[in-house]
Amino acid sequence: MVEIRMRVNGVSESLDVPPWVSLLDVLREHLGLTGTKRGCDQGACGACTVLVDGERINACLALAVQYTGRDITTIEGVAGGGDPHPLQTAFIRDDGFQCGYCTSGQICSAIGMLAEHGAGSASAVTEHVAATGIALSGAEIRERMSGNLCRCGAYNGIVRAIQDVAESPR
Amino acid sequence: MRPFAYVSAPDVATAVRAIGTEPGAKFIGGGTNLVDLMREGVERPGTVIDITALPLTGVEELPGGGVRIGALVRNAHLAAHRLIRNRYPLLSQAILTGASAQLRNMATAGGNLLQRTRCPYFYDGAAACNKREPGSGCDAMDGFNRNHGVLGVSDSCIATHPSDMCVALAALDAIVEVESVRGVRRVPMAEFHRLPGDTPHLETTLAADELVTAVELPALPVAATSRYRKVRDRASYAFALVSVAAALEVDDGTVTAVRLALGGVAAKPWRAYEAERILLGAPATEESFRRAAAAELAPATGRPQNAFKIELARRTLVETLRQLLTEGSAA
Ligand SMILES: Cc1cc2nc3c(=O)[nH]c(=O)nc-3n(C[C@H](O)[C@H](O)[C@H](O)COP(=O)(O)OP(=O)(O)OC[C@H]3O[C@@H](n4cnc5c(N)ncnc54)[C@H](O)[C@@H]3O)c2cc1C
Ligand code: SF4
Ligand code: FES
Ligand code: FES
Repeated sequence: MVEIRMRVNGVSESLDVPPWVSLLDVLREHLGLTGTKRGCDQGACGACTVLVDGERINACLALAVQYTGRDITTIEGVAGGGDPHPLQTAFIRDDGFQCGYCTSGQICSAIGMLAEHGAGSASAVTEHVAATGIALSGAEIRERMSGNLCRCGAYNGIVRAIQDVAESPR
Repeated sequence: MRPFAYVSAPDVATAVRAIGTEPGAKFIGGGTNLVDLMREGVERPGTVIDITALPLTGVEELPGGGVRIGALVRNAHLAAHRLIRNRYPLLSQAILTGASAQLRNMATAGGNLLQRTRCPYFYDGAAACNKREPGSGCDAMDGFNRNHGVLGVSDSCIATHPSDMCVALAALDAIVEVESVRGVRRVPMAEFHRLPGDTPHLETTLAADELVTAVELPALPVAATSRYRKVRDRASYAFALVSVAAALEVDDGTVTAVRLALGGVAAKPWRAYEAERILLGAPATEESFRRAAAAELAPATGRPQNAFKIELARRTLVETLRQLLTEGSAA
């Protein structure tokens, strides 16, 4: 057993787990935070996406012990002060989901993606990787969100919701 | 997953001592390949040594213009780094075409170098695979081999090295710095990965107790005019069928410097030395590009499902050079 301490959605947690337990299992099985989903358990779908110190990762391929001391945000923690996160509102308004299974991962991923874009990162479809001030076109959003699959095919709504939030003044 | 002991190494000395004393121990970086393979039972380390606390997370400019990349730099951070985007755009592009944003936030430079093949039979414990179990045979030979190699393959194994980043590193003549209790070695990228021969289970020249500590990029002016082009079955989040890392310098219509490497075609990132030899000093024309691509792929051999890669590699090579000539750098 190893002791892990982490802040999850602002709450300090401390628990003893075997070192082979994934962050996804800690969240779902040990902390009861079942908003984060397991799709493939092999890094191939994005349903398990959470934020670690603001960066998006796949919780299924993360050994929990490697994230001790870190600040984790799951879908349960994205809304601030009782109001839904703007992306949550936009996903509802723009039909960003059907069954909803991929949605928590999509929203956490989009939060991380907008932060990366805000920090000036390029993507595989950016024409010039050294460019600054890269516009967040539909093609850029699709590429930057390609780590999140949606079996219902709600992609048009997902892209629209993210674009709405990216373009709305904060 | 098979149980294992866990140790976190605070410094390089502790890490290399631990791997030398724990039989069957493995380092873990981002875990995106190792955790997956442990779950499948392909990797079965008794001890996992976490190296993510090592102070190897810097990207620093070297005197003379090269760049030193710590082994624990995350793929996403490397691709986004100003020095890389401006001076080695093919490397930024290569990384950005790999995996997904989530995985690139986790994956480390060292782990990317040492990631293992995505051959489905290598993952499947019920299949024959000389790489996973030497001497057991190779189910890919007459099986599903659309993604397999066409250059440097052997009768034992036709698997490919799946990394995009490494293809750019091969084109750049990067140096991999490794350390063990015996000291530090500097391994040229061209000598880091091995071709399968009769021993496909030996994938690199790294000893089991050696730690990758850094990757160094030499100062290379031609790299400023470079691109990475990846062809795959879907537009994103898929491994390469074929990829090309290319850098080109043309003066008065003549090729004055060129670097070329291919991905998705071999057990190592394939530096296209023959194509470079033909192009250097030749007129920068589509005709030269075609001649160079044909010569590089001349020794290629395909299986029924993957023979298309030979023509695809030729065309992608020509197209990437043509794009560099007409549209310039990806920077
Ligand atoms: C769904 C999916 C899609 C992917 N698509 C792509 C793709 O399109 N292109 C691509 O290039 N890659 C792709 N990848 C692979 C990904 O790039 C690798 O998994 C990643 O780079 C490995 O880095 P890591 O730090 O997570 O390695 P780990 O999983 O931590 O380690 C991998 C191996 O390296 C060893 N190791 C790690 N660091 C060191 C070190 N410093 N010294 C010595 N040994 C070390 C470990 O012992 C282990 O054997 C994909 C992965 C997934 C899961
Ligand atoms: S191609 Fe190589 S990795 Fe794949 S089954 Fe054959 S021996 Fe194993
Ligand atoms: S469950 Fe983690 S990526 Fe699919
Ligand atoms: S809404 Fe059903 S999987 Fe995306």
